[in-house]
Amino acid sequence: MWESVHTGRVWKYGDDVNTDVIYPGKYTYSDLSPEEMAEHALEDLDPEFASSVEPGDIIVAGTNFGCGSSREQAVTCLKYAGVGVLIAKSFARIYFRNAVNQGLPIVQCAAVEGVESGEEVAVDFSAGKVMTPRGEYSFPPLSSFVMGILQDGGLIPHVRRKMGIE
Amino acid sequence: MGQTFAQKVLARKAGLREVEPGQIVTVQPDKLLTHDNTAAIARIFREIGVEKVARPEISVIVLDHVVPAATEGHARNHQQIREFVREQGIASFYDVGEGICHQVLPEKGHALPGYLIVGSDSHTPTHGAFGAFAAGIGRTEAAAVMATGEIWLMVPHTFRISIEGQLQKEVYAKDIILYIIGELGADGADYRAVEFTGPVVGELTVASRMVLCNMVAEMGAKIGVAEPDDKTRAWLNGRSVAGFQEVFADPDASYERVIEYDVSGLLPQVAKPHTVDNVVPVTEVLGTRIDQAFIGTCTNGRLEDFRVAAQILGGGNIAPNTRLLILPASREVLLAAVAEGTLTELITAGAVVLNPGCGPCLGAHQGVMAPGEVTISTANRNFKGRMGCKEAQVYLASPATVAASARAGEIVDPREFL
Repeated sequence: MWESVHTGRVWKYGDDVNTDVIYPGKYTYSDLSPEEMAEHALEDLDPEFASSVEPGDIIVAGTNFGCGSSREQAVTCLKYAGVGVLIAKSFARIYFRNAVNQGLPIVQCAAVEGVESGEEVAVDFSAGKVMTPRGEYSFPPLSSFVMGILQDGGLIPHVRRKMGIE
Repeated sequence: MGQTFAQKVLARKAGLREVEPGQIVTVQPDKLLTHDNTAAIARIFREIGVEKVARPEISVIVLDHVVPAATEGHARNHQQIREFVREQGIASFYDVGEGICHQVLPEKGHALPGYLIVGSDSHTPTHGAFGAFAAGIGRTEAAAVMATGEIWLMVPHTFRISIEGQLQKEVYAKDIILYIIGELGADGADYRAVEFTGPVVGELTVASRMVLCNMVAEMGAKIGVAEPDDKTRAWLNGRSVAGFQEVFADPDASYERVIEYDVSGLLPQVAKPHTVDNVVPVTEVLGTRIDQAFIGTCTNGRLEDFRVAAQILGGGNIAPNTRLLILPASREVLLAAVAEGTLTELITAGAVVLNPGCGPCLGAHQGVMAPGEVTISTANRNFKGRMGCKEAQVYLASPATVAASARAGEIVDPREFL
């Protein structure tokens, strides 16, 4: 269910979080379900994450989040772990696209400077703002097209809906 | 405020007066490029539940990655693609032997100035050499383009890279771009558009500008572009019936970074294993033993590359216990190299000529390596396992450096062969 304001507890990380630490390469050629992928989310960066993450939690990071391999599982595992929004100063290009196309809301701004792990932030998609305990950070509004993809849960369901396919 | 090349192309395609970096636009690409991954994309397309491709006229499909098929599995993959092409009435289909998609697209008039091209291949930015906005995309989104005819794109920030000075002899576009990638790093231009400008770019051939744009992917860039000029127009002359409109950045465009490189003192460059930004001057790796030398690919598989190689081999032979693979980027390149005798010289020197395609670049067939072996290659990637073996090493360099090394049996400075 899409909400234009999303509030959640923060998991804070630094710069250059690569797709290998988000979803280790040793699993990429195993045929795992999305739920099984979620059990390995971020395991080489933060072993606590997969067991403690709760639905709606928000990842807040620095620059170049999702760099490295183009593996789509690096988005899938976070989505199925329950992550509600990804916020980073910047994203590796293919990761950004994969996130939107898989229906995981993604926000580009410097909120990492205003929040610590465990605190709450609120993301207002209509206003293009992230409210942190130490200030507001604005981000360019997502186009209505991208919002449509996110609201439908990803590119494939979006295209199906738009084309009137049940 | 003026607009960059990327802003102007995306604004025009989105039907807006101007767009700003970070803004997301929905656009109808002029071309959708797919290759051997078309079968996988077609499966996702069918999952969507659509019967017919929305705009079959934009689809260009080139079989190049493993051609001719190396195994029954690859053959079945090609078979499924041919069936999909027939079923969907896709006219621009190039079967085994035509060449590498990034060479075939421009040759067949599909890569034109001002065009917006998306391709399910990471080296799609190559087409920026013709003044096109050309970006790589994923398979799922390629399937969605087939279903809808449109795609969303984020307007990138732009780096303007000006290349100044005068190149020394035996120093080429490949050396320039390897040097830049070494300076900026593998993510140095993440999600950026890169505009190449300056007197050296103007002096480069179109084929050499393709080398620059091809390799922007190795520093994370979304697109690379060189402004169209008389060389571009001459190259395209007679290749396309489609009209096009050249797009140029405004003189007062706003850039995230403007970087100038004076390449007058640039030495031949080499990327050492196992990352493309692990770049040193050739003088630091002299004497490195090689087993195989490989000249070809979408980066350096064109006529000028084989001419340089033939010139450096100079009628002599390659070193004993060394293999030299020649991989023309397309049938057109192959025919031209045959017609002028360049290929005869290379074969006489001991080279093995492979059919146009991606060949051993991605490690699937035709010259994969054994543990402990070393290849010096003109390709664009040297990741661990790239040429089929994790315990092998790949060095990247210009065709001149690779040919000179094939002659010596070890990495040498091509300037010694002047």
